[in-house]
Amino acid sequence: MTVSLIKLTALGFAWPGQPELLNIPTFTLDRGERLFLKGPSGSGKTTLLGLLGGVQTVKRGNVHLLGTDLAKLSASKRDRFRVDHTGYIFQQFNLLPFLSVEENVQLPCRFSKERAHRAEARHGSVVEASRHLLAQLGLAPDLGTRRADSLSIGQQQRVAAARALIGSPELVIADEPTSALDADAREGFLKLLFAECSASGAGLLFVSHDQSLAPLFDRTLSLSELNRAARPLEN
Amino acid sequence: MYLLRLALASLSNRRFTALLTVFAIGLSVCLLLAVERVRTEARASFASTISGTDLIVGARSGSVNLLLYSVFRIGNATNNIRWDSFETLANHPQVDWAIPLSLGDSHKGYRVLGTNGDYFEHYHYGRGLSLELAEGKPFQDLFDVVLGAEVAQALGYHLGDHIVLAHGVSTVSLQQHDDKPFVVTGILERTGTPVDRTLHISLEGMEALHVDWKNGVPARGAGKVSAEQAREMHLQPTAITAVMLGLKSKIATFALQRQINEYRGEPLLAVLPGVALQELWSLMSTAEKALLVVSVFVVLVGLIGMLTAILASLNERRREMAILRSVGARPWHVAGLLVMEAFALATAGVGLGLGLLYVGIAVSRGFLQANYGLDLPLALPSAYEWSLLGGILGTAILMGSVPAWRAYRQSLADGMSVRL
Repeated sequence: MTVSLIKLTALGFAWPGQPELLNIPTFTLDRGERLFLKGPSGSGKTTLLGLLGGVQTVKRGNVHLLGTDLAKLSASKRDRFRVDHTGYIFQQFNLLPFLSVEENVQLPCRFSKERAHRAEARHGSVVEASRHLLAQLGLAPDLGTRRADSLSIGQQQRVAAARALIGSPELVIADEPTSALDADAREGFLKLLFAECSASGAGLLFVSHDQSLAPLFDRTLSLSELNRAARPLEN
Repeated sequence: MYLLRLALASLSNRRFTALLTVFAIGLSVCLLLAVERVRTEARASFASTISGTDLIVGARSGSVNLLLYSVFRIGNATNNIRWDSFETLANHPQVDWAIPLSLGDSHKGYRVLGTNGDYFEHYHYGRGLSLELAEGKPFQDLFDVVLGAEVAQALGYHLGDHIVLAHGVSTVSLQQHDDKPFVVTGILERTGTPVDRTLHISLEGMEALHVDWKNGVPARGAGKVSAEQAREMHLQPTAITAVMLGLKSKIATFALQRQINEYRGEPLLAVLPGVALQELWSLMSTAEKALLVVSVFVVLVGLIGMLTAILASLNERRREMAILRSVGARPWHVAGLLVMEAFALATAGVGLGLGLLYVGIAVSRGFLQANYGLDLPLALPSAYEWSLLGGILGTAILMGSVPAWRAYRQSLADGMSVRL
C-alpha cells in the first residue's frame, strides 16, 4: 500500500478562546494528485494550511504528511520536514523584493539540504535547477538577475511557482495563486504549473474560491463540506 | 553564512535608514575614540612634562600652584624667593644642581623665563630627554634669547631677529621693554612640553630689563638706564621665582624637602614634581572622566537609534519574515537575521568611526600640535580602544536581540501567512 501524501484523521482545531474552527473527520491527498480545494475566505483555509505546514499543531486528531505524524516531530523538525517536502505559492507578493529572481527561486535549497541535493541530482547544481525551472515557466533568461520586484505580478507568480518546485518536493500547496492574475493568464499559469508538477511528480493542493478553475483538476473538494465545525456567521 | 547575505541584502533594500544609522553610530564611535585618544595623550604628555628634577622650590603657597607657574607657566607666583635663599639651596651638600627660574615677563602671550645655562643642561622631560637646540646656541650675551619651538614657529622668528619683551603676562601689554631689544640666538627642538611656548633669557638679562624700574613702573627721563649702560652695571638679581633642584642621592629627597619647608630664612615650599603632577591631574581627571562618560552615552544614543530603526522596520517586514518561514527558515533563523543586521550596522558604524577618527587626526594633527601641544598618534587602536570597540559591538548584539526576540515571537504567531 502506498502512503498518502496527506492524510487527515479526526482533525480538530480551535484558536485559543475561540470556538472550534476546523473539524475534519477524514481527508486524503494521493501522491501526484491535483486537488482543487474550494474555500471562501473565513472558512479556516489559512489555518488548515498552517496545520499542514506544521506551523500550528492540531488539538485533536492527526496530520500525516508522507506517513509522518507531524505532531510527533519537534517544532524545528516540523520546520525542516515542511521545507524538505512542501513547496508553497501564495496569493501575491511572496518574493523577497531585494533578492534577484534566481536567488528567490533558490531560497528553499538554502534552508533544506534535501531539496538542494535533489536539485543537484536532477540539474547538476542549484543554480542550474533554478534557471531550468524559470525557463520551463516561460521566463526569459535575462530576467534571472533582475530584482524580484521589477517583474510584473504575473511573472512574479511564475517565479514563486519555480521556487515552490525547486528540489522536487512531493507536495505543492498553492493558496489563491491566481487571484491577482487576469483570466487568460490564470489558465496559462495553471498549465505551466501542472506541467512542472507532473515533471517532478509533485502532488498539488490548490486552494481557491474561483470555481471556474475547478474542471482542470483531478478532483474537487469544498472545505465547507469537508469541515464539520459549526461555522460562525461571516462578517 | 547565507543568513548574513540575506541580512545585508535586506539592509541594502532599506539603505537610506541603514546609512543614517551607520552614520550616527560612526560619529558617536569617532567621538568616543577621539575623546579617549586625547585623554590618553594629554595624560601622557602631562606626565612627561618634567623629569629628572627632584624638587621644585618656590615661595610658600600650594603645591599645585607652584607646579603650575614653575613648570606649566600658568598663573603667577604669590611671592618671590630671595637670592640668598637660592644660594643657600644651591650650596647645600645634598644638592647636585640648582636651576633658578625667574618669571613675570612675556612676549605676545608667550612667557619669558629668566634662568642660567644649567637649565639647558639639567632640565629633562619625557623619559630623561634633555633640551636640544634645533639651531643656534644658548644665550651668552646679556640680550640673547633662546626660543621654544612653538614660539619660533607661530611668530615666524629666525636666528638674528630682534624682539621686544613686554612687562607682565597679559597678551596685550601696555608696558614694552622696547628700550632693550633681544636677539634670537637659539631655537629649541620641539618637546611637546611648555618649554615650546617659552622664551629663555639669562637671569642678568631679566635683571637688566628691570634695573631702572621703581615700584612697578619704568623710570622716566634721567632715571632711565639704556641697554648700553645696563651692560656696565652689576646685574645680580635680588630675587627669583622658583628653583629646580637635582639631588646627589634620591634618598635624601624627603629629608631635604622637610628642611626646605622648615627653612627659617623665609617661607618656602618644596614639592616633588611627580607627586604634584599626580595631584594636578587628579583635579583634571574629573573633567576627563565626565567627557568619557558623555561620549559613552553618545554611543549609547547611536545604538538606541539603531534599535529604533530596526524595531520600526519590523512591522513592515512581517511579510519578509513570513516568506522566509515558507521557504524553510526556522524562527531562530529569523531572530538570527535581526541580530546579524544589528551587528552589521554596528560593525559598519565602528568602521566608519575609525575612518573618521583617522581622517580627523590626519587633518587636525598639525593644528593640535601647534596650538595645544597635543601629539595625537596615527597609531592602530590600543588594547583599551579595541576593548571599547568590542564593547560597542557586544552592546549592539545585545540590543539586536530585542527586535530578534520580537520577530521570533511574531514569526511563530504569523507562520507563513500575513494578513495585512
